[in-house]
Amino acid sequence: MTDAAESRTPAPENRARRVWNSDFIWSFRHAPVAIISFVVVLVLVLAAVLAPLIAPHDPFDPGTLNLMNGFTAPGEPNAFTGDQFLLGTDDQGRDVFSTILYGMRISLFVGFAAVMLAMVIGVTLGLLAGYLGGWFETIIMRVADVQLTFPAILVAMLIFGIAKGITPPEYRDEMAIWVLILAIGLSDWVQFARVVRGATLVEKSKEYVQAARLIGRTPFSIMLRHILPNVLNPVLVIATISLALAIIAEATLSFLGVGAPPTKPSLGTLIRIGQEFMFSGEWWILFFPALALLALALSINLLGDWLRDALNPRLR
Amino acid sequence: MLAYIIRRVTQSILVLFVVGLVAFSMFRFVGDPIDNMLGQERTQADVERLREQLGLDQPFVVQYWRFLEQAIQGNLGLSYRQGRPVSDILIERLPATLELAVVSGLMALVGGIGLGIFTAIWRRGVSANAIMTLSLVGVSLPTFLIGILLIYLFSVELGWLPSFGRGEVTDLGWWTTGFLTESGLKALILPAITLGLYQMTLIMRLVRTEMLEVLRMDYIRFARARGIRERAINFRHALKNTLVPVITITGLQLGSIIAFAIITETVFQWPGVGLLFINAIQFVDIPVMAAYLMLISVLFVGINLIVDMLYFVIDPRLRADRTQGGH
Amino acid sequence: MTDTPVLSVRDLVVEIPTRHGVLRPVDTVSYDIHAGEILGVVGESGAGKSMAGNAVIGLLDRPARIVSGEVLLSGQPIHNLKGDAIRRLRGKKMGMIFQDPLTSLNPLLTVGDQLTETILEHLSVGQTEARKRAIAALEEVGIPAAAQRINSYPHEFSGGMRQRVVIALALCAEPDLVIADEPTTALDVSIQAQIVALLKRLCRDRGVAVMLVTHDMGVIAEAADRVAVMYAGRLAELGPVREVLTNAHHPYTAGLMASTPLASQGRKRLRQIPGSMPRLGALPSGCAFHPRCEFAQEKCRAEPGPTLDRCDGRAACWFPLTDERKVSA
Repeated sequence: MTDAAESRTPAPENRARRVWNSDFIWSFRHAPVAIISFVVVLVLVLAAVLAPLIAPHDPFDPGTLNLMNGFTAPGEPNAFTGDQFLLGTDDQGRDVFSTILYGMRISLFVGFAAVMLAMVIGVTLGLLAGYLGGWFETIIMRVADVQLTFPAILVAMLIFGIAKGITPPEYRDEMAIWVLILAIGLSDWVQFARVVRGATLVEKSKEYVQAARLIGRTPFSIMLRHILPNVLNPVLVIATISLALAIIAEATLSFLGVGAPPTKPSLGTLIRIGQEFMFSGEWWILFFPALALLALALSINLLGDWLRDALNPRLR
Repeated sequence: MLAYIIRRVTQSILVLFVVGLVAFSMFRFVGDPIDNMLGQERTQADVERLREQLGLDQPFVVQYWRFLEQAIQGNLGLSYRQGRPVSDILIERLPATLELAVVSGLMALVGGIGLGIFTAIWRRGVSANAIMTLSLVGVSLPTFLIGILLIYLFSVELGWLPSFGRGEVTDLGWWTTGFLTESGLKALILPAITLGLYQMTLIMRLVRTEMLEVLRMDYIRFARARGIRERAINFRHALKNTLVPVITITGLQLGSIIAFAIITETVFQWPGVGLLFINAIQFVDIPVMAAYLMLISVLFVGINLIVDMLYFVIDPRLRADRTQGGH
Repeated sequence: MTDTPVLSVRDLVVEIPTRHGVLRPVDTVSYDIHAGEILGVVGESGAGKSMAGNAVIGLLDRPARIVSGEVLLSGQPIHNLKGDAIRRLRGKKMGMIFQDPLTSLNPLLTVGDQLTETILEHLSVGQTEARKRAIAALEEVGIPAAAQRINSYPHEFSGGMRQRVVIALALCAEPDLVIADEPTTALDVSIQAQIVALLKRLCRDRGVAVMLVTHDMGVIAEAADRVAVMYAGRLAELGPVREVLTNAHHPYTAGLMASTPLASQGRKRLRQIPGSMPRLGALPSGCAFHPRCEFAQEKCRAEPGPTLDRCDGRAACWFPLTDERKVSA
């Protein structure tokens, strides 16, 4: 549709300016909730990534721990050693602030890795199912349907349980993180697969794919080079939401005792440990990890919520 | 329509078979199946009999079939941890979970639909916006955190409600209920809220979204153009159309209440099948895990099926022969 | 004897505030419709014709609103009415028909329910009487076996039948004015003629004033008594149908006519108006049509929008077409 007769003289705008003024960024700038949650997430992620540098102590190095430091209240000097800890210490004498930093690290790591795994599996299977069709597609989609009958967290628990059953007891603690990633990742691939399959079916019938076929490109290269870039858009939206869910799933599993072990605790594990001391007065062992998880979960969810609305073509 | 029913039922049976397969594989290959069935106290004769019964040298499919046969008859093996038949344990603990699930489910449904309608109709009001913001919190918070928060507030600080267990329960045949004692009811409150809150916020937001969507529809415009009152529009036109999709999702959510009960039961040490499952995972009690899996899948599949059938009752469009253009 | 028009729109202006500025989908539009008369409102998509109809019946979606001008129903101003006051007029005094009959009807309520609820709302009759009237309404619009079909759901009717039901619904409370917003656009061509004829007959018989909004010139030619041509939110031309169609004063109308295939024209190549209607946010200065007009002059660009009363009363053009300058048909 041509513009009116009086044309605006096109100024040489640079890309940054255009991005800044785009609809997406504009609505971000005008949504205080999105900005605040983004900042919070950023701060938390940075804190987690830089944990080794920021944490005053390494809570998992037994050499630096002093059992006498246990149960110190936040900010108050310990009765025996006189050491002070910003957020207090737990029963083992570990600095709560440090455990939180390292715990967040694990939580975020597991979350990201799990979503990556789910994405890789889901996108691959979705592409193959959509492009190759036939019994391959039927099988994958049936498996997806069966898995979808159950809530993801249940699937994750089950996978964790089975994997634990297969692993010899000595290695269980070490493997726990990886098993966790596997469990959460495997519980989540289905939505990626479904979306990608749908999008692949749509793209498959388009002309550029048929042209590529005519030239003689292998199915593999068609899928990778041509179709994949075009189906990635909805995948990114799902990935963001999945990340939030994965982090919460990890926290839940760890809290339940079927996740990160106390030797390498995530925020969920810390909360589990803290719950024991809730009634005996050492409230800080529970409170601060819970607060950290709250901040993380809330801000990621708010951000994801806003993102979903902003990227939803229907609401425009 | 008949074809659809048959298709759905076939699908459900397929799911059950697949789940059965997974459970069987766990039973057979993770840990020793003889141990799974017989426990420590057994004679050689028992072992021989079982070996033949299970047909451990038989082809995979035969073993699988036998396993299913046993399962349907209620023989789900012996728990590693407790040395008792799994079926006994399950039946013992099921009432606790069911009572909890039903109470929180009802709470979630009533509260969710009510609040959903409220925030849709009065969407510009202050209370509606406040509720929506709070609901975001409800959806973002992990269930266990909500539980802990509630315990902290009402048990530790205020001391009004118990923080764990089921209170006193009354025996009614093979069922045990907590409804008939004061301590039983008190113990039910916090877990029910914890379990139901997430579902309630979910339902509320769903109802709200659906209703807002419906209120944008042309037939609502047309009703307004005919001068129908707002009240009739909201409750006669919009509500019916809103509830149709809500019912499916709600039905499916009720299924997940049973799964999320695992978390709530753990927080409150509620003696239901969920806590049983978690303990089973921690102790690698395979028979219990497998049995729980099968139990849950029967429940889920059953609920999904019922919800689908419910659709037919509610939406006249689906009752028409599917070949007649339909939607 | 003064014949008060059923609908009187005077200098109506509707504005929508947006991120990019304030838009005017309806800009100083005026027309009257008398009882038993059908006024066609024609224009391209986005010309503002539907918006004007929505404004009249009081169903503007936020944030669109009437900022100035008047809407009078049988002499009474209604543009200021809110809430219950205007609701009572809808259905009873003025009705509206929308474009898509499938989405206009609630799929979960029977046709009879939707009819009786409208009747009960506006006419003081009982349940049984309302039902009788509902059946009668269906019969009037030509639904066969009305007494049985009244219990059917909307999806059980064909497209044309559904639109008849919609018409029945709009008329059942006996309004004086009916706004038909693209009533035939979603229908098969073969059905369109039937619906148009039905509409015409019903309204003539009852003396109802009709605002027939459409982009289809054929429908206008067939059904309307007078026609209002809209362009970019403004009124371009207003006059008796015969006159305007064969003897357009506004270059835009002439262009429309020249680009509409008529059987009488034979096999001449259809002329197109170059360019397209400007978006509301990027309106040209002066006359909105001047960039596309082959007769445009300096005044057309420089002087702010021409309106009917400032020109020859028939077309909003400083230089309306007279016989010599007619575009060759």
